[in-house]
Amino acid sequence: MVSSSLRIHELCKRYGDFVALAPTSLDVASGEFLTLLGPSGSGKTTLLSLIAGLAHPDEGRILIDDTDVTHSPAYDRDIGVVFQNYALFPHMTIEDNIAFPLKMRKVADAEARRRTAEALETVRLPHVAKRYPRELSGGQQQRIALARCIVYRPAIILMDEPLGALDKKLRDQMQLEIKRIHRELGTTIVYVTHDQEEAMTMSDRICLMNAGAIEQLGTPEDLYFRPRSVFVADFLGESNLLSATVRGVDGDGLDIVLAAQAAPSRAVGNGGSFAAGEPIKVMVRPQNLVVGDAGGGGQLSGRISGRLLDVMISGSLTRLYIAPETVGMPQLVAAHPTRSGAAPYEIGQLLSLGWHAADAVAIRDGKGI
Amino acid sequence: MGAPLVLLLALFLVYPVGQLLLLSVYGDNGFTLAQYRQLFASSVYLDVLLITLNISLVTTLVCVITGYPIAYLISVVDKERKTTLLFWVLLSFWTSFLVRAFAWIVLLGRNGVINKLLISLGIISSPASLLYNFGSVLVGMVNALLPLAVLTMLAVMENIDRTLPRAAATLGARPGMAFWRIYFPLSLPGVAAAGIMVFVTAIGFFIVPALLGGRRETMITQLIIDQVQQTMNWGFAGAISVLLLFVVFIVFAAYDRLLGLSTMTGAAAPRNAAPSRSSGPLHKAGDALLTLLGAVSDRILRLLPSRRRDRNPDQAGMGLQAFVWIMLLIISAPTILMIPLSFGTGGLNWPPQGFTLHWYETVLSSPLWTQAMLRSLMVGLGTGLLAMLIGTPAAFLLVRSDIRGKAAWLAFILSPIVVPRMIIAVGLFYVFARMGLIGSAFGLILGHTVVAVPYVVMTMMAVLRNYDTRLDHAAQSLGARPFATLRYVTFPILGAGMMSSFLFAFATSFDELTIALFATGGLNATLPKQFWDEVTLEVSPAIAAVSTCLFVFMGLLIFVAERLRRRAAAR
Repeated sequence: MVSSSLRIHELCKRYGDFVALAPTSLDVASGEFLTLLGPSGSGKTTLLSLIAGLAHPDEGRILIDDTDVTHSPAYDRDIGVVFQNYALFPHMTIEDNIAFPLKMRKVADAEARRRTAEALETVRLPHVAKRYPRELSGGQQQRIALARCIVYRPAIILMDEPLGALDKKLRDQMQLEIKRIHRELGTTIVYVTHDQEEAMTMSDRICLMNAGAIEQLGTPEDLYFRPRSVFVADFLGESNLLSATVRGVDGDGLDIVLAAQAAPSRAVGNGGSFAAGEPIKVMVRPQNLVVGDAGGGGQLSGRISGRLLDVMISGSLTRLYIAPETVGMPQLVAAHPTRSGAAPYEIGQLLSLGWHAADAVAIRDGKGI
Repeated sequence: MGAPLVLLLALFLVYPVGQLLLLSVYGDNGFTLAQYRQLFASSVYLDVLLITLNISLVTTLVCVITGYPIAYLISVVDKERKTTLLFWVLLSFWTSFLVRAFAWIVLLGRNGVINKLLISLGIISSPASLLYNFGSVLVGMVNALLPLAVLTMLAVMENIDRTLPRAAATLGARPGMAFWRIYFPLSLPGVAAAGIMVFVTAIGFFIVPALLGGRRETMITQLIIDQVQQTMNWGFAGAISVLLLFVVFIVFAAYDRLLGLSTMTGAAAPRNAAPSRSSGPLHKAGDALLTLLGAVSDRILRLLPSRRRDRNPDQAGMGLQAFVWIMLLIISAPTILMIPLSFGTGGLNWPPQGFTLHWYETVLSSPLWTQAMLRSLMVGLGTGLLAMLIGTPAAFLLVRSDIRGKAAWLAFILSPIVVPRMIIAVGLFYVFARMGLIGSAFGLILGHTVVAVPYVVMTMMAVLRNYDTRLDHAAQSLGARPFATLRYVTFPILGAGMMSSFLFAFATSFDELTIALFATGGLNATLPKQFWDEVTLEVSPAIAAVSTCLFVFMGLLIFVAERLRRRAAAR
């Protein structure tokens, strides 16, 4: 088991006037699975290229196991890269592709053959050794790219949207596969994706990026349940964001009043410091929005009534789209597990919605809406 | 990386051409316009210019109009038939201008195939004189330049999204309307590029008018040859060159004004500037014309039996196919018909009689011919290598880096194609004469490299644009140092493309006559030069034998190049 820690210190990259990556610091522990998540243009691929040594930073340092590699060329860093479109060499057989890094490291032929076979076993494709990349399916090419990367046991593996070109089913399968290999090898993995679900399933930690900077870094649970900005709340999963004003602060809880409503309610402070009178956003995840007929549910904190606009069943979840009666409040979505049988509600029906205080998360209203 | 190329072009293109132009205004007593006064003193030279423009214009029109359906058919048929059609176009394209012009002399001669055919059909009773007139020159010129027109248009047509005419059909356009309103406007950049390429090449032609034309078909480059070879009048040759260059520049300037030169290199997105001038009266008139053409075509199509009308719009009609095959037959047949004549005992008269290897023996036992063959092979290989060595790094530079003024550099590199070959040749002759390079293989290689290197840069740029640089990144991340990356990844993948651009440079040199015309002679002659010397002396079956050899050699070369290309494409 080889793995290294990675330390990035104030790394920065500009292209002319465009800041691809604002000065960014990040520590990745040895053996960790860290995902760089973000929309396109958020700087995640730039960061990956800088770590790999395929682009050169304008400022900052990169350390692998406390050794400064900022100015080392790609071929001298002990890093493996799995490219978005696999980048298998079209003129070499699968075997030669996988043996290539060993050949570059002057590994003896017999040893190289043994390790190549082993890598093919690991990705469960021992029978394709003599074929050419074009003769394999997308999923198979993906596995070979992975095999070519793990065969020389790099201390850190970087993956640039490796599953982007695969269909949903294959993607799910490959996610499990990559997780399994990560467990078996214990290598440090930095994984780039724009798919929030993928990031949630696979990562130890997620580094959510936006506009060339880190927006929030934490475990998937942190980011999902305790987002620190509207961007994070919006990017990971669906969310209902309501405008509110802080009335008082005690411990980690807040007394708040929703915009255009008189009744007070409670929200979780989320570790942030809020002041009385401050305008904030309150996030409630759709599955935490409790839907009932008017009346009932005395222990609920928030309370809104609205008309049912539409019902959509997407597999395991049923989503209700609701227009609040309160003027100026955005459309809400509630979700509950799909059950067979007739839909309990009718379009146009007046519903009462509420949530538990623990499920309402206060977010600083950075950009205002 | 581009330095060798810049040096080459500066020394062997800019300097010689500049010298020649200078000579036209610089006499023994300093600055003089005497040469130009002589040029415009009588109407002789202007008449020649008008004849040149006339022949070039008619050639261009015929090439573009007949080439369009050929290129269209090649772009729509399935892969297998495309390979076949393309082979015949390429074979014609790569067969020497000399061989093709010579074939027409034989074909159109008093005892040639055409006359025999017309007599046996009873259309004429005695052989007609078909040679040495406007018609024979036109036939020769079209035969020479049609493949160029087809290939240029094909490059554009292959990039036209084939779902567009189908989309037009679902939107209610009948086939005629879909073609004229959708496909034709999209193919126009190709038509324009083909037009200018053919026209500019035609202006600089001398082989065809010299061999197939009479006195009244003398073209302007022939005047330059006369001035240099017979009277050594550099100044006057320079003055005529200026006139020729002036015409070419006007043509290009007009083209640039109307369509933009960037459309020629294919790098820019075609017609992205269209909206800005879509409201002019010219545009409206064009629209109306296309609509009219569409409506008329559909009216005609509707008159046909319904079975034909309802066929799949992607399938080419019988009429189109027949036309294309007839055209391909016309451009290929002369050279092929020469093969039996080269084995015959009856001279160059049709039909061939008997069988003999005599003419081949004559050629092979003549030191003039064998020396010429060796010389051409050597110069061709040298040119191929030098052009690759100089052109490949420049192509890397142009594709991979962000140097300033890329378009200007590209224009400079492509200038040897634009400047009429004859002007380069005369300039080089003048410079080489003073450097003692006349008759040397080295000088010839340098000259040929100047004209071959733009093709190498262009094909290598195309090859490099298709190359996925992530493969280089992958190799580096896997531990390959820069040299190992080049050796194991970059070059093996680019190999086929490099080989085909080498072959292109080789073929350009192997077929080059203009520069060799002045820079070689006697035992130093290259094959085209020897061919030219012989054919202007007498038309003999030995030349038919040489032509056959050249034809077969080129056929093999295309076959190899095509195999390489397909191997590269299979990846």
